[in-house]
Amino acid sequence: MPIDVLLYLGAALFCIGLAVVVTRKNAIAVLIGIELMLNAANLNLVAFSRFDSDELQGQVFALFVITVAAAEAAVALAIVVKVYQYFQTADLDQINELKG
Amino acid sequence: MEIANIIFYVFIGITLMSALFIMLTKNILYSAFALIATFLGMAGIFILLGAEFLAITQILVYVGGILILIVFGIMLTNRGKSTKVDSGIYNQFYGILIAAGFFYLLARGIRAADFAGMAWMTKSAAGPSSTKQIGMTVMTDYVLVFEVIGILLLVALIGAVRIAGHTREEVDHAD
Repeated sequence: MPIDVLLYLGAALFCIGLAVVVTRKNAIAVLIGIELMLNAANLNLVAFSRFDSDELQGQVFALFVITVAAAEAAVALAIVVKVYQYFQTADLDQINELKG
Repeated sequence: MEIANIIFYVFIGITLMSALFIMLTKNILYSAFALIATFLGMAGIFILLGAEFLAITQILVYVGGILILIVFGIMLTNRGKSTKVDSGIYNQFYGILIAAGFFYLLARGIRAADFAGMAWMTKSAAGPSSTKQIGMTVMTDYVLVFEVIGILLLVALIGAVRIAGHTREEVDHAD
């Protein structure tokens, strides 16, 4: 399994995630894009960890990235749900007031 | 070895196709479902890279946890409007231009770095399974980080419940 293919795949996933984040206005769609970008980073870490024969630092770091991503998703969705209750919309362009 | 390569490229294809589908579809629910395929393809690639534990964690945490959360989030933020959960695609030209330009930069960097030609790349992977080793590493060298990340997860989940749930006053004055 050539490492270049994996790195190109990671770059492509990151850029697709970036495009999703930039082109969507729905808060949850933006969150999906962020998850894609986090996964692309994980792929790079694991790909390099394969050539690190006994230390496994990349895999351990990817494990921590997954954990932080879970925490981030939980908090972000809680905020989105609360914001929807207040503004009656999840469209990021219409949520532009700090104090209602 | 040949069959492993074919499976590897099949998983890469699944991951890329479903990621592209996320970008192109308007329906948020469809993109959440495509995200499942992306995560499963990534888990397959992780297994082929000798990271079984990470692959299982990926499936448990992402497919079993985050995806459920996202689907619940879609459900709670699209109440009663219509049967479709569409989200428009805005600034499509500039968004895709930025992403394509960034991919071009990254691809040029990868090509210029030429990782495959480096000396330490030749002494490839250890044993077929790394699960025992990763457990030993996490519980010895990284035990402090492990504890800190556990506390972070606890704090984040309690905070999420506190943010999304009703306060005591709201419950008392609900009716």
